[in-house]
Amino acid sequence: MLTLCIPCDSLACAVGADQVAEALTREAAQRRLPLHIKRTSSRGLYWLEPLVELDTAQGRVGFGPVTPEDVPGLLDALAGDPGSHALALGPVEAIPYLKTQQRLLFARAGITRPLSLDDYHANGGFEGLRQATLLDGDEVVAAVLDSGLRGRGGAAFPAGIKWRTVRQAPAGQKYVVCNADEGDSGTFADRMLMEGDPFLLIEGMIIAGLAVGASKGYIYVRSEYPDAVRALNEAILLAREAGYLDVAGNGVAFDLQVRVGAGAYICGEETALLESLEGKRGIVRAKPPLPALEGLFGQPTLVHNVLTLASVPIILARGAAFYRDFGMGRSTGTLPFQLAGNVRHGGLVERAFGLTLRELVEGYGGGTASGRPIKAAQVGGPLGAWVPPAQFDTPLDYEAFAALGAMLGHGGVVLADDTLNMAGMARFALQFCAEESCGKCTPCRIGSTRGVEVVDRLIASTDPAYRASQAGLLRDLCDTMQYGSLCAMGGMTPYPVVSALKHFPADFGLEAAQ
Amino acid sequence: MPDDLNHLPLIQRVLARERDTPGALLPILHAIQAGAGYIPDSAVAEIAHALNLSQAEVRGVISFYHDFRTTPAARHTLRLCRAESCQSRGAEALAAQLREQLGLEDHGRTEDGALDLRPVYCLGACACSPALELDGRLYARVTPEYLRALVDACREEVKAC
Ligand SMILES: Cc1cc2nc3c(=O)[nH]c(=O)nc-3n(C[C@H](O)[C@H](O)[C@H](O)COP(=O)(O)O)c2cc1C
Ligand code: SF4
Ligand code: FES
Repeated sequence: MLTLCIPCDSLACAVGADQVAEALTREAAQRRLPLHIKRTSSRGLYWLEPLVELDTAQGRVGFGPVTPEDVPGLLDALAGDPGSHALALGPVEAIPYLKTQQRLLFARAGITRPLSLDDYHANGGFEGLRQATLLDGDEVVAAVLDSGLRGRGGAAFPAGIKWRTVRQAPAGQKYVVCNADEGDSGTFADRMLMEGDPFLLIEGMIIAGLAVGASKGYIYVRSEYPDAVRALNEAILLAREAGYLDVAGNGVAFDLQVRVGAGAYICGEETALLESLEGKRGIVRAKPPLPALEGLFGQPTLVHNVLTLASVPIILARGAAFYRDFGMGRSTGTLPFQLAGNVRHGGLVERAFGLTLRELVEGYGGGTASGRPIKAAQVGGPLGAWVPPAQFDTPLDYEAFAALGAMLGHGGVVLADDTLNMAGMARFALQFCAEESCGKCTPCRIGSTRGVEVVDRLIASTDPAYRASQAGLLRDLCDTMQYGSLCAMGGMTPYPVVSALKHFPADFGLEAAQ
Repeated sequence: MPDDLNHLPLIQRVLARERDTPGALLPILHAIQAGAGYIPDSAVAEIAHALNLSQAEVRGVISFYHDFRTTPAARHTLRLCRAESCQSRGAEALAAQLREQLGLEDHGRTEDGALDLRPVYCLGACACSPALELDGRLYARVTPEYLRALVDACREEVKAC
């Protein structure tokens, strides 16, 4: 019996994984060849998708990217000498892109079937929860504090401090809310994790609920991720049937529900998200009060990104010290970086903090897909700065990026070649802000629209003096937005704008000396 | 309007099921749109009544979120990703192609009524940009030829009905 593993991940399917699986089934039936196809999660080596893996006693052997037309030849090769096939990649775990990664969060990626509790158990699943139930809540919070884990949603606030605040808040009802709104362009790690290893997120949320004393959890998933919604809903049902959502012996019931967003970027901001969960427009709330004290329905609420919550089982299973030993300085653990845009080898790279941006985009990414020179990389989503190659030796660490006037955010990196016009991207950032602003404060609501107008005037003019004056105006406007906005939507939209202006003045028709 | 009334049983079914859910408005709107294809005007008063909200509050929520629509959609909906990663791989050229070949603007509809075009900002497919979603199905590494074939297939199918 031949066993082949093919991802069921939505992006693998978007580039043909289902068709390849169907073609294999059809062709094998015609040949009366006994074939078993396992639909696993994706390794995140997306440039090789659809990636087909042959399960052997010595491990998985890969072929990719496979098209349905390749299937007859592939089956011929599998019957004879698999290594001779043109798409043969050898042992998958020896592929340098994967071999050199430090996969803690994505340890099961590409290996297990997302909705198989047996696969999850067999690969370390629920070990963190088991450890957590042996501790009391204070000890669990202490482990999270000791691990140095910081929020992966963007602001990088120490998770343990939030946990302690929620735990100590007196209330009858508390909540754990998972922020799965992943709206940033260039990011897909949350999606991969929810589609590919949904029990890990569920396990993290159960532990969080136990530790802070919350009996209800919500996962707020953006509507653009229907496959993630389906996977989570099914996984919750399975976990409930298996008794995990009522951690027996502890007398703690933890109930979990998926809620679907409705296409508003601002609902990724935690207070707007809470408003949305309450059934309202996603308008940002003023802080204080902190959501940790007055969050969902006015109750203490622990809000975390998918990756933050999914890091918790490992911390409990392997110990805070194990986790803390990865990374550098105050950026501990690993971050699943996401390589996107005009990049040759797009995919997920989970590494400890501290490797350089150059190692990431040139080493793993292999430069641009177009083969043209790299112009810049936008790090951290639409609110992140455009970083020029001259700064690529910066280590990927929260503090090092902040020192550049940039941010790591959720770890997404969009690479661009020299054909991308940065004045256009600055305009886009402001336009996006104008469209997605919640409208609560003036610098963001009005400033973004005025900003688009200024960029348009600047680009349209041929008079150098006028251009320079408009550039000055744009910088002032960005200053006002950065310091006068209530949340990071208005506060950080200046990052891509000012960095484009600073590093690529020629794209705006400005002198470099400007 | 008469169409609207056809959806009343659906609306009432959804409300009966969800009205006691905490923060029920978004799940209710999603369920109605999934069943009816849009949020009929007649739903507003029903929802407001069931949730003890004003109609203005319900309308405010519907208009805040890009996903909710108050008129029926075309038979096919194509959501072309226009965010940074896809832009760096030619998304704007794909948009221009639709504009030039079909006169299809953002938020527009083809003349034959077969297809609505909507922009979307990231589909989580950025490792294989450019990407689009057609009738809820994701496509990535989209080439101009592939886009053309997808759109032609939608239009042929509508012509055949
Ligand atoms: C405009 C805006 C969009 C945001 N989008 C997201 C998002 O999509 N996902 C996310 O986890 N955090 C997002 N955040 C950050 C959240 O407000 C919040 O910091 C985070 O959910 C806290 O979780 P963490 O501690 O795990 O990072 C966004 C913030 C802003 C200002
Ligand atoms: S900065 Fe923008 S998005 Fe944030 S609260 Fe103000 S108006 Fe709303
Ligand atoms: S930017 Fe287009 S899929 Fe992410």
